[in-house]
Amino acid sequence: MTTVGSPEIELLLNAILLLLMVVAAIGVIRLRNLFAVVLLSGVYSFLMATLMVALDAVDVGMTEAAVGAGMSVVLLLSVLGLTRTREAPTRRRPIVPLIISVVVGIALVHGTMDLPPFGDPNAPAQRHVAPEYLARAQVETGAPNVVTAVLASYRGYDTLGEVAVIFTGGIGVLVLLAGLGRYTGLRTRPPGAPDPGPEPKPVPLMEETVVLRVAVKLLLPLILVFAMYVQFHGDFGPGGGFQAGVAAATAIILYGLIFGIPAARRVAPMRVVLFMIPLGVLIFAGTGVASLLLGGNYLDYSVLSSVPRSGQHLGILVVEFGVFVTVSSTMLGIFYAFASRPPRDGPEPS
Amino acid sequence: MTDLLPHFNHWVTVILMVVGLYAVVARGNMVKKLVGLAIFQTSVYLLYISPGKILGGTAPILSEAYTVYSNPLPHVLILTAIVVGIATLALGLALVVRINEAYGSIEEDEVHEADGP
Repeated sequence: MTTVGSPEIELLLNAILLLLMVVAAIGVIRLRNLFAVVLLSGVYSFLMATLMVALDAVDVGMTEAAVGAGMSVVLLLSVLGLTRTREAPTRRRPIVPLIISVVVGIALVHGTMDLPPFGDPNAPAQRHVAPEYLARAQVETGAPNVVTAVLASYRGYDTLGEVAVIFTGGIGVLVLLAGLGRYTGLRTRPPGAPDPGPEPKPVPLMEETVVLRVAVKLLLPLILVFAMYVQFHGDFGPGGGFQAGVAAATAIILYGLIFGIPAARRVAPMRVVLFMIPLGVLIFAGTGVASLLLGGNYLDYSVLSSVPRSGQHLGILVVEFGVFVTVSSTMLGIFYAFASRPPRDGPEPS
Repeated sequence: MTDLLPHFNHWVTVILMVVGLYAVVARGNMVKKLVGLAIFQTSVYLLYISPGKILGGTAPILSEAYTVYSNPLPHVLILTAIVVGIATLALGLALVVRINEAYGSIEEDEVHEADGP
């Protein structure tokens, strides 16, 4: 058994990142300026992403970096723009929640005593199904990245369910913030209210900044090419539909942040986004139906080709594309929904 | 250090979980609550990924050069959980925006006051 790296360095890196994360989390709790809270939560997520890479979960690290440090910070900031940026002092006493938290913490720490030590190759978790997946994934599916093979093929049902959850979440946000009946405009006004006329021209805030404008134009093609690489190389290296979907959506979001939402909506119109959200789920589910019609089980890709192994590989590529379509459009649709809300008028309430 | 503190990762997981729980229960500001919920959620990522790590192992992308790989199964579960997490966070934030439009506040106490006894 050949191992890589020195365990001491791995443990040290692990410990440093964990301690930094505790500091960031406590900072998030103590700060009252919500703007600082959101940015610190982005730092926290990036530390988590780095830790995931250190723990060999490269696919997870990539997802967390794109989602936690990118997407959720943008969403939280847009909500602060719509509401307020300072937290009011609470009138309630923090003593009861503190006691609850400490008691729960002590109980959980007590529970960890029976767990196997960290990094142990003989822990029960390592001796159950994991060796089977590692031994059979490449032989049966042709994908060296075992995570992609398990995600798209062995546990395809799970992933289909997750994509359906993302679909549902996206639809929920759009219904809450935009109202699907008037989807093209993404504007809300109460029924019966007079038409407020043409949409007011939004103030271009950052478009005037030369550095941002040039930097974004240089970065955009690189981000999109990287997203495509992550998408179609996901069976050989870290990546796949989830990561590529979020990365592609952030490229359009970045464009929208600098050049304004109307410009972004010309690149990726809402109509297209709303068409893509269910389309990805249908591609995924339809692959399962196709395998049923060809005489296999639902989501058993072996029957898609005369050689089971290439059928598996084809199936993985198709369902990962379905994941990409739904994830990228849902992220973009959520961003449009928040960004098209009427902003807070007047000074911030104290 | 594994001999010294074999459960260090688990303890930090518990600390982060408890910090998130405290923010959800003790804070009245709804954005703060959602950030706390996100911290709670990331602690669950850690709870799954930590036991999958093998010291001296590498990422589960098969190659001739390596023989020891960390467990791929938790990676799959958490990867999808992260993207589902952002969908639920967005849904929560959408509710916050609507509450703010209806009540003019994102503080739980003020919303309860507006609703009356």
